[in-house]
Amino acid sequence: MLNTLALLLLYQLGGELVARFFGLPIPGPVIGMTLLLLTLLARGQVSHDTRTNVGAFLQHMSLFFVPAGVGVMVHLHRVANEWLPIVISLVVSTFAGMAVTAWVIRALSPTKHTPSKEEARR
Amino acid sequence: MNATPPVELWSHFIRSPLLGLALTLSAYLAGVWLFKRSGQKPYLNPILVAIVLIAVLLWATDTPYQDYFDGAQFIHFLLGPATVALAVPLHAYWRRLREMALPLVVGLFAGSATAAFSAMGIAKLFGASPETVFSLGPKSVTTPIAMGVAEQIGGIPSLTAVFVIITGIIGAFGAPPFFRLLRIDHHPTRGFAIGLAAHGLGTARAFLVSEEMGAFSALGMGLNGVLTAVLLPVLFSLLH
Repeated sequence: MLNTLALLLLYQLGGELVARFFGLPIPGPVIGMTLLLLTLLARGQVSHDTRTNVGAFLQHMSLFFVPAGVGVMVHLHRVANEWLPIVISLVVSTFAGMAVTAWVIRALSPTKHTPSKEEARR
Repeated sequence: MNATPPVELWSHFIRSPLLGLALTLSAYLAGVWLFKRSGQKPYLNPILVAIVLIAVLLWATDTPYQDYFDGAQFIHFLLGPATVALAVPLHAYWRRLREMALPLVVGLFAGSATAAFSAMGIAKLFGASPETVFSLGPKSVTTPIAMGVAEQIGGIPSLTAVFVIITGIIGAFGAPPFFRLLRIDHHPTRGFAIGLAAHGLGTARAFLVSEEMGAFSALGMGLNGVLTAVLLPVLFSLLH
């Protein structure tokens, strides 16, 4: 677990350094993710431990959004005043974005999709 | 000896990481418990429940958000390493991702534009203020990118962060019934669309369905983040 945490933090640090150094508008963690992906592709394999630990870590990823989400209380006044446009905009645009993406992918995929192992198991 | 009054105790502890962490974690676990007990009702999802529980408690005790965040920021910080960690499932499904490269890239541009411009267009149509409209533009992408973009195009970064999380909740918990309605079962397609439209929260949910869906979701989230960071400010400076 500690190995995995150190690995992630070091790549995040690397990503932050790259972002700062080149003045990129992309956050350090996204660059760190890209750097780690390139490393893994070059090495060709990931240790079993790393995969297990990362899986366990990502399972609880939605928890990490809670502190920022509580920030809604700061904007309660504005959200209450403009709740109708905000709610319609958020709901429609989120579903529209998902639908358009999925339709385009399906339209452009050459073959009929064969169900993957996980889908077949359901 | 005099006992410390409860009010003073509270104001001492709320700033400490201990209370921020304990409060966030237990509110979230309460949310998980409620979500399971309710038979996974989308509106009783753990994130929403946790946010409401904490916000009500802070409001009832007259505690400023910043005091709570000072302690809870350690949990917030973990978003960074979690984003980096997405490289591992991406690597595991790299071959399948490459096979679908063309449809994914076209889907990315179409979906990204749809999410950003429909959000702003609809808000404007229904009479939202300009700051609210601009704050909505980058709401589909991961929090740090969205906040940066909001600042560049004239939105309010902390308001954008709120929209990002509401979007994530809508996408993560609305996606399964929505895709059943559209009759889209293909896990990679579903995953990519969820990650693109609902960033890390969508991705967290996708991982619970299958690792494959999670990997594609991570890719959709990462690519839309980069595209939005680069394109939205440029498009805006062209329009103005």
